Order: sequence, then structure tokens, then C-alpha cells
Amino acid sequence: MANIYQIFKKEFRSYVNSPAAYIFIIVFLVLTSWIFFRGFFLINQAVLRDFFSLTPWLFLFFIPAVSMRLWAEEKKLGTLEILMTLPIKDHEAVLGKFFAAFALLTVTIALTFPLPLTLVTISDPNIGVDMGPIVGGYLGMLLLGAAYLAIGLFASSLTENQIVAFIVGVTLSFVLFIIGEPIVLFSIPSALVPVFDFLGLGTHFENISRGVIDTRDIVYYLSVIAFFLFLNIRSVERRKWA
Amino acid sequence: MQDQRMIKVRNMTKRFGATIAVNNISFDVRQGEILGFLGPNGAGKTTTMKILTCYLPADSGSVEVAGYDVVENSLEVRRRVGYLPENNPLYLDTGVVDYLLFVAAIRGIPSGKRLKKVKDMVGICSLEREIKKDIGELSRGYRQRVGLAQTLIHDPDILVMDEPTSGLDPNQIIEIREMIRKIGKEKTIIISTHILPEVTAMCDRAIIINDGVLVADGTPEQLMRKGRGSINIFVKLNGPTEAVQEKLNDLAAVERVSMVSSEPSGFSRYEVKPREMQDPSEDIFQLAVANEWTLTELSREHVSLEEVFKQLTTKDKAT
Repeated sequence: MANIYQIFKKEFRSYVNSPAAYIFIIVFLVLTSWIFFRGFFLINQAVLRDFFSLTPWLFLFFIPAVSMRLWAEEKKLGTLEILMTLPIKDHEAVLGKFFAAFALLTVTIALTFPLPLTLVTISDPNIGVDMGPIVGGYLGMLLLGAAYLAIGLFASSLTENQIVAFIVGVTLSFVLFIIGEPIVLFSIPSALVPVFDFLGLGTHFENISRGVIDTRDIVYYLSVIAFFLFLNIRSVERRKWA
Repeated sequence: MQDQRMIKVRNMTKRFGATIAVNNISFDVRQGEILGFLGPNGAGKTTTMKILTCYLPADSGSVEVAGYDVVENSLEVRRRVGYLPENNPLYLDTGVVDYLLFVAAIRGIPSGKRLKKVKDMVGICSLEREIKKDIGELSRGYRQRVGLAQTLIHDPDILVMDEPTSGLDPNQIIEIREMIRKIGKEKTIIISTHILPEVTAMCDRAIIINDGVLVADGTPEQLMRKGRGSINIFVKLNGPTEAVQEKLNDLAAVERVSMVSSEPSGFSRYEVKPREMQDPSEDIFQLAVANEWTLTELSREHVSLEEVFKQLTTKDKAT
């Protein structure tokens, strides 16, 4: 545990010290706010639906950008050799890095709080705001974001080139996201539809962000995260088989 | 304790695809010994060090460090080893103190003592002037000191350093060398290098590997003596050339004689190749005295570790 915390601290500090993290946060907030306010006064409804329906697509590009450096940079600099010859276990390094990126993601998501706040303050007090989809939407964002992060972190461990890590991360995430979308579901044999529908990252997000918090969806996300972190541990070990 | 073996390598082999990086190497390092690891680039030095520090596993053979197997008890080995990898990789965007605190924490130094430990290392490695900077802003020499501080912070029994002086200027090389010697009194150290005077200056023992094969193992003196078997002697004297050559050839310790040059004054210069591990200089002198030849030169080809290194690492390729 102590080692995971130390790795976490090191990685999180290097986010805080790097301008890239601030650019990431600012661009994300600007985009989400714009998406939110673009339709907000038109539809005249106290909902965050637009915001939540577009975040999976924003995440698709933002999150691999957050995770791409975590292993690739260590490989490029050669510091992987120092890190992996320190007395830590492979999974401690993987988890420390994952939690650091997840912490940055959590901070970013938390900084969108003005949006629901606006909703609550200016909505008609007689009708009120349905908090279910908002709480669910935020939970869904965290889970979906964590799943993308686990994928992106794994992609980063495959290469020493951050750009390659980014592209592989986006591609893997996109594939896992799109297979549950209608465009794919319509074009595959109907027997496979439930499987693809279940495997798609987006399907579960839709459920949660509707305010329906089902253990199956949560278990699904946790499994995806665990699976890619496991692959990550294996790929860090890969140097030993080569 | 003095004779305890800290590192025990037996029949270690490591392949990368079709190339054999390390081929069936065995050696020991005793406690307190400073071992120089020599070989041309690509000989397998770095690979061997990566195996010793648990970064890579060997394909076959056994490797024990501090009494622990590097595969079975990897964490125990890593706790006791300080490793300075080739090219001294560092987190360039991290501050010097932050980096050392991180390593200290992972190395299991309790949080109350970490800052003191880091201060000690900053003192030992003379980093005081640079502690406020990020590692990326430091000059090469200071980066090397940060690397050394990282290697030493947990006071390891065993140090493995891969070319610790490469890329430094001569003054820095001497400083780093002094530092290693200072801290290395009670430690077991393996240093790889291709700077040969470094070995003569610092190491108790040297191992030469070439193409993944161990070609020599001994103290620097032993290695030089090993080379002396074919180190020639030059003799200059005046006397009838044929008689001189014949008589020199008859000496027990001499294998072959050839004339290098002759001058009109009657002096000639000869190159004498001694038999393995024998020194005929005294006999040559006696011979000259007995025959009343005037001897004006009796010199030995200068032997250095470079010669030995060259001999040992090139002869295999010729055959």
C-alpha cells in the first residue's frame, strides 16, 4: 500500500508540475460548459442531458491524452529501469499510476460543479431538479473515465512513443465504445446483439446517467478496469519474456 | 565475513532472439570487493548488470545476489542493491529533493528520517548548490551525482554501476571516482567501463567479457602478467649479427629472435619474443657480458591493460 501511495504521489506531482494537465482541465471545462449552455436556454429544461451525452466522446480523446505519458515516458527516459529495480511489485507501480491519473480525472470532473449548481439555482423552485440523473451522470462519468484510463494506461505500456500510446488508446477505447452503439448493433447477426450491447462501454453509461444505478453496470465497469490493469501488469512484465 | 560471496553467477546465459548476449558466464564477487567489468560495446556487460539487478531474467543458469536468487527473491535482492543504469536515466521534470525523497520512501526509509537522509546524500554528493532545481536543468556532472545519490540513499551492501563516468569531463571523472572509492570501502561494487585506467585505479579485480563470453578474470596485475607472455623485449648491441641471433635463440627462455635494424657502426637492434610467462632479460645481459658485446638497450615493450584488452577481445574474431 505504501508503495502504491508513493508512486501515486510521484505521478500526481508530475501532473501538477506540468502545463499539459492545466491545459487539459481548461479545455475540458470550456468545451463542456459550451456544450451545456449551447442548448440550455433553448430547451428550457433543467437537465444535464447534453452534457452527459457528449462526455463519452470528449473522454475518448481527453483521457488517452492524460494516460499516454505514464509508461511511455518512463520507457523513453530509461527511468523504467530504475523504477522496476526498486523494491516494488509490478502491480504496485501499475495501480499507483492508475490512481494518479484517476485523481486528475476526478479533479477535472469535480470542477464542472458550476453546471449542476447553475441548474439548481435558476430552475423553477416549484418543479425542482431531478437529482437522480445528475448524480448518476457524474458516477457514470467517473466509471467510464476510469475504464478509458485503464485502457489508455495499458496502451501507454506498449510503446515508448507517447503519440503511439495516444492513438492506440483512442482506438481501443473507440472500439470498445462503438460496439455497443446502434450503428454496430444494426449490422451484426441478431444473436450477437445482446453480447455486443453488454460489452459496449457506452450502453452502461446511458443506463447510469439516466439515474438508474444498477450493480450490473458498476460491476461491468470495474471488470473492464480490472481487465486492462491486469493486461498492464502483464505488459510491464513483458520485458522478462522477450 | 570477509570471504563471503555477495554475488554468485553460475552458467548464466541470455539470448535476445537469435543473438546470444551473455553466453554461459560464471563468476563470484566477494564482500567488499570492487570488480571492474570490462569489454567492448555490445559485449554483454549491460545485460549482465540488468540480470543482477532483477530488471531482466537470465534464460538459464543461476544468479544469487546477497544470498538471494534474483528470480525467486527478487524483492529481497532489489532491497540490497543500489543500481545506476547505463546513461543514468532520471525524471527530468522532477526537483532534485523531490526525486530523492521519492526514492527514499520506496526504499523503505521511515518518513521521519527521509529528509535527513536526503540531506546527508546531498552533502556526500556535493549537490548543495543545485537542490532547488529540477533535474532537467542540471549539467551532466550534477545529474550524475543525483544518480549516485539515488543509488546510495538506502546504504546498500551492493552497488551495480553501469559506466558511471561515461560522458563526463576528466575532472568530473576523477571526482566521481573519488566518491565511489570513498563510499565503496565497505561495499561490494561492480562497475562496468571501457576506460581501462579506471580499472587499474579503482578495482581490486577485473573481468573481461567479449561477445558474451568471459575471457579473463583476475586482479589488474594478473591480467597484465597474462598479457606479458607475448610482450617482446628489445635488445641493441654490437656483435656479429648471425652469431648474436643464434646465441639469443639458444637461451631457454627465448622463443624467437628477429633483427629489427642494423647500423653501420656495428650496432644492431633485435626483437626477442620470450616463451610464455618467462623473462629472459637477465640471460640476455649475461650473454652480452660473456661475449663482450656492448649492450646499449634492453627494454620491454610497454605493457598496459589496453594491450591485454585488445589481445583478449580481438583474437577470437580472427579465428
